[in-house]
Amino acid sequence: VGSKKQGRPGQTFDRMLGFLKKPVVVTAEINLSLVALTVVGLMSRLWGLSYPRAVVFDEVYYGQFVSLYMKRIFFVDDSGPPLGHMLLALGGYLGGFDGNFLWNRIGAEYSTNVPVCSLRFLPALAGALCIPLAYQILVELRFSHCAALGAALLILLENSLITQSRFMLLESILIFFILLAVLSYLKFYNLQRHRVKYMGLFTYMLLLVIAGLHFWHMLGDQNLSNVSLVCHFLARGLTLLIIPVATYLSFFYVHLTLLYRSGPHDQIMTSAFQASLEGGLARITQGQPLEVAYGSQITLRNVLGKPMQCWLHSHTNTYPIRYENGRGSSHQQQVTCYPFKDVNNWWIVKDPGMQQLVVSNPPRPVRHGHIVQLVHGITTRYLNTHDVAAPLSPHSQEVSCYIDYNISMPAQNLWRVEIVNRESDTDVWKTILSEVRFVHVNTSAVLKLSGASLPEWGYRQLEVVGEKLSKGYHQSMVWNVEEHRYGKSQEQKEREVELHSPTRMDISKNLSFMAKFTELQWKILTLKNEDTEHKYSSSALDWITMDTNIAYWLHPTSGAQIHLLGNVCTWASANVAAVVYTCLSLWYLIRRRRKIYDIPEDAWQLWVSAGQICVGGWVVNYLPFFLMEKTLFLYHYLPALTFQILLIPIVLQHLSDHLCRSLLSKSMFSALTVAWFSSVCFAYRTFSPVTYGEPLSVAELKDLRWKDSWNILIRKQGH
Amino acid sequence: SMPAAGGGRAGSGPLRQRGARRPQGAPPVSALASRAPAGWRAALGLVTLLSFASRFHRLPEPPHVCWDETHFGKMGSYYINRTFFFDVHPPLGKMLIGLAGYLSGYDGTFPFQKPGDRYEQHNYMGMRGFCAFLGSCLVPFAYLTVLELSKSLPAALLTAFILIFDTGCITLSQYILLDPILMFFLMGAVLSMVKCNSCADRPFSASWWLWLSLTGVNLAGAMGVKFVGLFVVLLVGLNTIYNLWDLLGNLSLSLVMFGKHFLARVLCLILLPLTLYVAMFAVHFAVLNKSGPGDGFFSSAFQSQLIGNNLHNVSIPEHLAYGSVVTMKNLRMAGGYLHSHWHLYPEGVGARQQQVTAYLHKDLNNLWIIKKHDSDTADLLDSSSPVEFVRHGDIIRLEHKETSRNLHSHQHEAPLTRKHFQVTGYGINGTGDSNDFWRIEVVGRRAGKLIKVLRSKIRLTHVATGCILGSSGKTLPKWGWEQVEVTCTPYVKETPNSLWNFEDHINPKLPNISLDVLKPSFVEILLESHMVMIRGNSGLKPKDNEVTSKPWHWPINYQGLRFSGVNETDYRVYLLGNPVVWWLNLFTIGLYLLIAISTAVVLKRGVQLTSEHKGELSRVVLRGGGQVALGWLLHYLPFFMMGRVLYFHHYFPAMLFSSMLTGKYWMLGEGEAETRTENCAVLDGHFNSSHSFYLFHPLSYGMIGPMASDPSSPMAGLRWMDSWEF
Repeated sequence: VGSKKQGRPGQTFDRMLGFLKKPVVVTAEINLSLVALTVVGLMSRLWGLSYPRAVVFDEVYYGQFVSLYMKRIFFVDDSGPPLGHMLLALGGYLGGFDGNFLWNRIGAEYSTNVPVCSLRFLPALAGALCIPLAYQILVELRFSHCAALGAALLILLENSLITQSRFMLLESILIFFILLAVLSYLKFYNLQRHRVKYMGLFTYMLLLVIAGLHFWHMLGDQNLSNVSLVCHFLARGLTLLIIPVATYLSFFYVHLTLLYRSGPHDQIMTSAFQASLEGGLARITQGQPLEVAYGSQITLRNVLGKPMQCWLHSHTNTYPIRYENGRGSSHQQQVTCYPFKDVNNWWIVKDPGMQQLVVSNPPRPVRHGHIVQLVHGITTRYLNTHDVAAPLSPHSQEVSCYIDYNISMPAQNLWRVEIVNRESDTDVWKTILSEVRFVHVNTSAVLKLSGASLPEWGYRQLEVVGEKLSKGYHQSMVWNVEEHRYGKSQEQKEREVELHSPTRMDISKNLSFMAKFTELQWKILTLKNEDTEHKYSSSALDWITMDTNIAYWLHPTSGAQIHLLGNVCTWASANVAAVVYTCLSLWYLIRRRRKIYDIPEDAWQLWVSAGQICVGGWVVNYLPFFLMEKTLFLYHYLPALTFQILLIPIVLQHLSDHLCRSLLSKSMFSALTVAWFSSVCFAYRTFSPVTYGEPLSVAELKDLRWKDSWNILIRKQGH
Repeated sequence: SMPAAGGGRAGSGPLRQRGARRPQGAPPVSALASRAPAGWRAALGLVTLLSFASRFHRLPEPPHVCWDETHFGKMGSYYINRTFFFDVHPPLGKMLIGLAGYLSGYDGTFPFQKPGDRYEQHNYMGMRGFCAFLGSCLVPFAYLTVLELSKSLPAALLTAFILIFDTGCITLSQYILLDPILMFFLMGAVLSMVKCNSCADRPFSASWWLWLSLTGVNLAGAMGVKFVGLFVVLLVGLNTIYNLWDLLGNLSLSLVMFGKHFLARVLCLILLPLTLYVAMFAVHFAVLNKSGPGDGFFSSAFQSQLIGNNLHNVSIPEHLAYGSVVTMKNLRMAGGYLHSHWHLYPEGVGARQQQVTAYLHKDLNNLWIIKKHDSDTADLLDSSSPVEFVRHGDIIRLEHKETSRNLHSHQHEAPLTRKHFQVTGYGINGTGDSNDFWRIEVVGRRAGKLIKVLRSKIRLTHVATGCILGSSGKTLPKWGWEQVEVTCTPYVKETPNSLWNFEDHINPKLPNISLDVLKPSFVEILLESHMVMIRGNSGLKPKDNEVTSKPWHWPINYQGLRFSGVNETDYRVYLLGNPVVWWLNLFTIGLYLLIAISTAVVLKRGVQLTSEHKGELSRVVLRGGGQVALGWLLHYLPFFMMGRVLYFHHYFPAMLFSSMLTGKYWMLGEGEAETRTENCAVLDGHFNSSHSFYLFHPLSYGMIGPMASDPSSPMAGLRWMDSWEF
């Protein structure tokens, strides 16, 4: 085991060459070397795991979620499905973490209750296990043990993979599962597709395509009967589609079961979802009457939830007679959408044919298609719209609470209730569950949140308009009842008291898992982060040449620092390998088309299948970033890089097997390979201080800055 | 007429091809191919006539600006007036519109301000007629393409009738728009490509060269109208690669011959279109030589080319000096000038100091005075004092000339980009504080060098906080007069957002030099205009709450586009496909996929078919049908990945392909046993599409009166989908 340490590359390599010459010895020693690789890998990833005892880079981000898991508080994270977060949280759980740590600053010292080691253990373990996985994959691709050993060593000595594995981050887990999936498929056992981040999806697609190709070749095999083909097809469908989907769903199931308390991200979910969480909205809505009836007192929440959640609102202030740009208004009472709970958010559903504002006994429920008036609870004015341009959206109608100025502007306050998610046309309007559009009877305008915020005179609340050209369904036109109670007081004075009192009555409601899952999944996919700028963000093009790095952590006093910085030598060789692979493949392809066969058929098959996995894996894990609009970091490239690294030994072996024909050139090639590998080891040694965070002097740091674009932090001296 | 001439050539193709192929026996001659499509010339005449009649019917109606005519008509006028403008599309389409207008006697004086403006005495018929002419050509083109691919007259006729009776295609062809022009070139390219493929057995013959180079010409045309033309380039490119691969595998062909094939394609499909494409830009820049509304989008160097621009033929001092009055332009595309005015940031938006913004138009408020950090303006204006130049690395202050406030920044968050710092105008009469100090640096220069007006790329670093002056490109709300936000970014990165150049430069103490040295080369102009177009295109983002058209709406004809009129009393035109035609197309695509997959599987399984059937199936379903289906995919799928605003009319190129597929597909089994039922089905198809055309024709030809939701409307009962708004 000791001889495998990274410090003595020459010796290692001599032994590798030995395997090549004596195949019998190889089999005996393979397992040993696999074990040795694993052990060395574990050491390289687990060594001094709790150093630095401070928040490192994105730990500040994932840490909050771990804390929320510990406290069972619901959250939404758009970076991916919950498996990764849950695994991190599992580490925290096993380490006995109570979730009490304020994740607010990179570099903050951990308090004693944080089990740093166990939080970082799982990613590090996953990172270490990538090494034997790489070895196995190459063996399964039917390459020599020498090549497999090379792949494993390259992964082992890749500084960026080490850095990324040693902290509470998700990439190493992602890479582990990706490699595991590839290996599983290659071994053709059942496929355990786990998803940590959505990047996993791309590899999954690649596997689907490859499986499809294999099946296509099988179709051409005339020896197989139709029945057995159908069986093959079904078996693949089962393993590649149904099992992953089921696993995926089960992660969400666990996620939603674990997180049952309300928390900071409640407001982006629908009222129905919020009501299913403990605390928060559920505390208020528990026990509300379900069916909205004439005389009900309600608050109406806009379903869109963007730019923020808000409720239909009115207050005594009127629209200014003239706006700044000279247009006129009706000067009637403002109607807005207000992002905070307020007594002015209460509205009373009134039957146009009757005067009373209380619920009769028995209550008369409002149904789809009924025509109602909406009375503002505090001011008792009626919700109204008319052919006056709205303040900020002049193409839409102004919505107001009607004041009779005794000019020729009659009240137009009848609204038709349309339940969007109705099951039949006689559905009753239900609290929280029903999504409702209000269609103005006179003008067919639809009550809509325009999303613009009003100027000073409207207290920067959000504008509500009547949309005349209602093009189909849009969430900004849909509202749902959130708080609800049956009104009891006919007198305005009593009613105000009633409006101010908290709601309380009985019935509770639950949401099915699938409904919750669909909503959560949809929110994860559509949630957008606004600010797309970061000091260490980079563009996907910078990654190939590693023109960028990320400073993960800096010791507050000594020069010790940790950077995400790859092994320069490996990155360059990986690029060269990809180029060589592409050029050689094209060359062979064109020559084969002219019926010239440079290499034997089985070697060609080997070459193609290895390329499908490695180049394909690189492409699907890299190119999609060019289409993405999110903030990109160097670590997004690591899965693609892993595949590219696997290509190096493949190309090397191919070159030595098929292009070096004479003994002399073969030994020349081996010597070159040894020299190249020593340079990889050298690069690893050189950059390992910033991988592991060892203290360095200013001069040493300056020496490490091989590229001008690297951001290595050098303290000014003498200041 | 032109299409007839094309048809004449087309006729000789298939006949001679069959003659040539039989002796070789390469593909087995099927029953289908052996039957000469008798009467195809008469049919061509008929469909051409019908097509022109349907497109030119009621062309002058409505006599007002409809929908995007307001843009493209206006741009046509710009060409006639030779004023420079900016648009996100390449120039060919608008140049042709301008040319058509010019030739038909339109003088370019109509302002095309907004949809609904009446044309009055202005001659707009030339431009509409030109678009309608190109739109009419689509039908004969599609007819000939399908005839060539399937060798079946009924198939070609079905395709032609589908297109003739499609209300959507008619509407889109009747107005001054880019789409008919784009689709003309697109279908032209497809037709030439198909023709060229059928000449494959006679390579390097005159007709082969003709069709190959026509393909190239049409590709250049398609690319020159809209960047969507790229999809047809892709289609032709894939087809060419496939052909070359085929030739490479043919061992009887020597490598030299293969090289000739390869070079011929490089010449006709790459070099020729590229030359034409560049040439049309050359014409574009030669014609538009006067300053106009598009100036501000381009760099200072570019503007110096335009007659009437304040940079044209001017002479200004070359090096920046203290005391100079300058304007600063942001280097991002459409970046704007550094601007300030007598208005404060509103309460709650950073510190309540004077606004500093970026403004696209030329204005007195864009003027700034350069001062030393330690002395006052007064000293500099003293005519006796010597001129002192600003050098790279100097620390300066910038005073706003109109308001005498200094450019200032501090650690308050910027109004829109919260992670940046706010930039304000601060101080009275040029006296401020140390937060007014900026270090001026030229990109890629050493310390102590002078700074050149216009040519030096400048970075202004705030001394106190280390942040860099930049423009975020976001539009401020009403309080900021919808000008562009200026911030100080703490992220030290080299982007055009944080680089500036000096444009105007006034200093009476310095000698002026001519700016002809600035003159950009044609290649630079070409590159710059493409950068601006691409930025402009990706800048067309939907607003947050806007209801936009989604690509999945399109094939199901979910929602149309209002071309003209909203209310009952208006003359209304509504762009909507003929639902029968569109749903038939949709159905056919599904059916085609099913058939293609099963055919492929059957062939792969090696099911025993007669070689005739086998050849037929693979040729018609996979090869010919595959080409058309690929065309549909290439013109449709990319829209799912586009972030920009999408409209219903983007689907029409794809719709042409799906119509051809429908025509081809329904004639697939023709010639075998069930001829009568087939014919019945086809007649039924013709009848259905023409009948539904009769029902829906008011959508294209205009309607007045009650909306379709009103039972008294003649269109009542035709609103088959709630989302249709007519």
